[in-house]
Amino acid sequence: MTAVIDRPAATAPAVPTPPRGPVWRRRLWLGFCYLVLVPGAILFVAPFAWLISASFQHAGDIFSWPPQWIPSNPTLDGYKGFFGIGQAGDIAQGSEGAWRWFLNSAFVAGSVTTLQLFFNSLAAYTFAKRRFPGRNIIFMVFLATMMVPPQVTLIPNYLVLKHVPFFGGNDVMGQGGHGFLDSYWGLILPGAVSAFGIFLLRQYMLAIPDELLDAARIDGAGEFKVFWKVVLPLCGPALAATAIFTFTYAWEDFLWPLIVVSSSDHYTAPLGLALFVVKNRTSWNLLMAGSVVATLPMVVMFLIFQRRFIQGISMTGLKG
Amino acid sequence: MTGRGRGARRGVLKTMWRERSAYGFLAPGLILFSVFTVFALLFAFYLTFREWNILEPEKPFVGLQNYRDMVGDEDFRRSIINTAYFTGASVPLGMVVGLGVALLLNQPIRGRGLLRTLYFLPNVTPFVVAAIVWKWLYNGDFGLFNYYLLKTHLITEPLVWLSDKNLAMPAVVLMSVWSSVGFSMVVYLAALQSIPNDLYEAARIDGAGAWARLRHVTLPMLRPSTLFLMVMGIIGSFQVFTQIYIMTSGGPLNRTTTMVYYIYEAAFKFYEMGYASTLAYALFLMLLVFTALQLRLYRRADM
Repeated sequence: MTAVIDRPAATAPAVPTPPRGPVWRRRLWLGFCYLVLVPGAILFVAPFAWLISASFQHAGDIFSWPPQWIPSNPTLDGYKGFFGIGQAGDIAQGSEGAWRWFLNSAFVAGSVTTLQLFFNSLAAYTFAKRRFPGRNIIFMVFLATMMVPPQVTLIPNYLVLKHVPFFGGNDVMGQGGHGFLDSYWGLILPGAVSAFGIFLLRQYMLAIPDELLDAARIDGAGEFKVFWKVVLPLCGPALAATAIFTFTYAWEDFLWPLIVVSSSDHYTAPLGLALFVVKNRTSWNLLMAGSVVATLPMVVMFLIFQRRFIQGISMTGLKG
Repeated sequence: MTGRGRGARRGVLKTMWRERSAYGFLAPGLILFSVFTVFALLFAFYLTFREWNILEPEKPFVGLQNYRDMVGDEDFRRSIINTAYFTGASVPLGMVVGLGVALLLNQPIRGRGLLRTLYFLPNVTPFVVAAIVWKWLYNGDFGLFNYYLLKTHLITEPLVWLSDKNLAMPAVVLMSVWSSVGFSMVVYLAALQSIPNDLYEAARIDGAGAWARLRHVTLPMLRPSTLFLMVMGIIGSFQVFTQIYIMTSGGPLNRTTTMVYYIYEAAFKFYEMGYASTLAYALFLMLLVFTALQLRLYRRADM
């Protein structure tokens, strides 16, 4: 990918220039813009609005016809029921319940993000700023595998995790137990490094002048210190962007947890929603409440980091 | 070996020793990477010549049987057609709508930030949630789609959307477009804002109207973004899985069974690990060919 990465300038988004011509024409044009954009936005948000509304309705009201956009009889039953999953009398009795799925998701996504930031930037720094025999070959191998779709490595990785020695009841040869399957290790480890992330950070680090690093080396800083104290602090925007994307991706990843995890105590939020609630035909109001809760962290994160999010997209993508 | 060669090699070893911390820095990434990507790739290739149901330790060698099965597999062919259908419909649609929204949002209108956020929200919704909500919207008895279409007399009978063999795939496509428009919009917006104003000025001086400026200035300047979105879009939608799993489970009559869904079923429903690996490799090859073709386009666009 020929991503050209400039250092993102700290500019406010350019305000578009108004169209010229007579005032009535300008007004007509802007009126047209609103006429398309506003109804479009309403349509785009409608599924959300309905999701939120349904999450506050009684199980029966969700089926009302015509549909209720504003709950006639608002209730927290959905939320209570969702977080009550696993309590006495429930079909899932004995499992720790829905709140656990969210903690799992947060823990897994947080670990994946932290590990990736560290490992990716360490490797990116080495590729960008160090000269050593074998650098180009190793880097080429990394690049080449950026295209590998995760589905190809899915089955082998499942097997690798199953046969990790000494874990999950395995013997020294990795036989007899389930290894890292159905564990946090299995959810986190395969995602702990990313060729794409390394590539992006490397591109960014290439722009850091070597003189800075040399100055630090002359002052007696070791290689790790140069990386940690000089290079990393200069990579703030790139690190933030990759962190946001990694976290989002890990939070909503579905296929890998679906394959690795089998006990409901290790479910991530998406998996819990999909398997537990859809497959067990628990009522829709619980499902809607759970969906709202699973979406909330993403939306909040987006609203807080909106600028970075968008900067990140144009950074990972391209300029112009 | 000549003395010089040996000397050169000693030189390399010396450099390697001097730069040993570089290898140390690469080690964690490299180890994970070797296991979960490089080894995995090789092992998957090995499995394509084996038959294995994962439960038994034996993995009998079957030669090219998996490949022969794949070529004759009607359902796999169906899944390729479905994937191509999904990709061919959802990628261009998402890009065109995203471009349209970006062009309009790039006007000096009030509330741009708010509108941009609203259009982007579907993109930050976890796929699983989006699929659940849309599954409900498409519900034949209580869904909002049927309600409003019946109310406006666009249809007279309720439709069963996800259970209708002709409607299921368009329904999944629509949901996916809804979720991807925000992304292409943001990419296009960023590109639009980096087009120098001078270009428009020059075009104006040459007497270009709004339409001509769009065709001859804006669209050519957006070409790299378009190619980027196309590459990412095709790679992403060739791997479509979550929506299918939740909304249709591949039905009705395999009409929405995409390649990844088919691979998933082969591996983790029927436990045919060898065959599933063969299918996965076929997917890999297709993606490689596509990406190579597109990168050539990309390079031409860079010139």
